[in-house]
Amino acid sequence: MRMSVLGLAAALAIFAAGSALADGAIPLQLKDHKFTPAEIHVKANTPSIIALTNNDPTAEEFDSTALKVEKVVAGNSSGNVRLRPLSPGRYPFMGEYHSDTAQGIVVAE
Amino acid sequence: MLASLLIVFREVIEAGLIIGIVLAATKGVPRRALFVAYGVIGGVLGACLVAAFAGEIKGLFQGSGQEFFNATVLLLAVCMLTWHNVWMAGHGREMAREMRQVGAAVASGERTLAALAIVVGVAVLREGSEVVLFLYGIASQPGTTTAGLLGGGVLGLAAGAGMSALMYYGLLAVPAHQLFRVTSGLITLLAAGMAGQAVLFVQQGGYLEVFTSTVWNTSWLLPEDTIIGRLLHTLVGYSDAPNGAQLIAYAGTILAITLLMRWEHRRHPRRAAVPAPAE
Repeated sequence: MRMSVLGLAAALAIFAAGSALADGAIPLQLKDHKFTPAEIHVKANTPSIIALTNNDPTAEEFDSTALKVEKVVAGNSSGNVRLRPLSPGRYPFMGEYHSDTAQGIVVAE
Repeated sequence: MLASLLIVFREVIEAGLIIGIVLAATKGVPRRALFVAYGVIGGVLGACLVAAFAGEIKGLFQGSGQEFFNATVLLLAVCMLTWHNVWMAGHGREMAREMRQVGAAVASGERTLAALAIVVGVAVLREGSEVVLFLYGIASQPGTTTAGLLGGGVLGLAAGAGMSALMYYGLLAVPAHQLFRVTSGLITLLAAGMAGQAVLFVQQGGYLEVFTSTVWNTSWLLPEDTIIGRLLHTLVGYSDAPNGAQLIAYAGTILAITLLMRWEHRRHPRRAAVPAPAE
C-alpha cells in the first residue's frame, strides 16, 4: 500500500501544474435516476465537457462504452465528464447503477 | 436481485481474470495462495475506503482526483507486471527445471509474489469500489430487501470466482514447459491494455490532450460492450475505438517489456542442463 501512496505522490508532482476547469461545460442533471436533458448536442470533432450534477442521495456512475467514459459522481455532488473529439454520430450513455431509468445520448454533429 | 448480480459480475470479471492469470503464472511457487489472498483482502479493504472517500478523492486535482487515482493504480499494476515478467525472464528457466525439487530458486520466486499480490489488490480495488458504491446505493433505497441484494451480490461474486477458475484451469491445460511463456505473453498484453486505459483516464482528467482523436473504429465488427469485447478488453486491452495516445502507450508498453525481458534473459546466461564440465 505504501507503494501506491508513493505512486499517487508522483502523479501529484507531475500533474500539480494542471489545467483548471474549462468554461463552456454542458450542464447535465441527474434526479430520481433520470438524466435531464436526456439528449445532449455537441460539435463534432471538438472536445467538450459535460458538467454532471447528481441530485440523488446515492452515487452514480456515468458510463458509456461508446464515449469511452466511466466516471463516478457521489450523491449530491457534481463532476466533469470530458469527451474526446467525436466524429458525427450518436453516442448513448447511462447511469450504470440505475441503467433501467438513467439513459441518455450524446449527439455529435 | 438480478440487477445486482449482473453489475457485481460485470465488475468482478476483470479482477477474476487477473487472479486466474496470476495463479497460473505462479504455479508451483510456495505460499502463492497466501499472497493472492493478501491481495484480495487488501483490495477489498481499499475498495471500501475508496468508496467511503469517493467525494474527497474526486475533489483533488481540480475535480480530476478520481481519474488520477485510477490512472495511478493502473500504472502501479503495469510496473508490477513488468517487474514480474522481467524477473521471470531471468529466472524462469531455472524455476521450471527445479520446480519439483524444493530448491532455493523456487523460494526466491516469492519475490515477485509480492508484486503480483499488489496487481491483484489493484484489480480488486478498482472494480470493488464500484461494487461497494452500487450495493450501498441500492441498500439505502427504500423497498429493497437486503436479502435479495446480498443474494445477487454473492452470486455475482461467485460468478467472478468461477471466471478465475476457468482462466486458471484453462491456462493449466497449456503444457508445463510452455506455461511460463504463455503467461508472460498474457501478462505483457494485460500490462499494455492497462497502460492504454491509464492514458484514457489521464485524458479524462483533462491532461495529456494530444492524439485524442479516434484512430480506427471497429465497433461495427466487435463492440466493446459485448461479452467477448469486454473479455478481450480486460485480457489484451481491446478497444473498439482507440485514440492515438492510447495506442502509443499500448505499443510502448509491449516494446518496453519485451526489450527488458530480452536484456534480463541475456544477463542470466543459460545454464547447461547437464552438469558443467570441471574447470
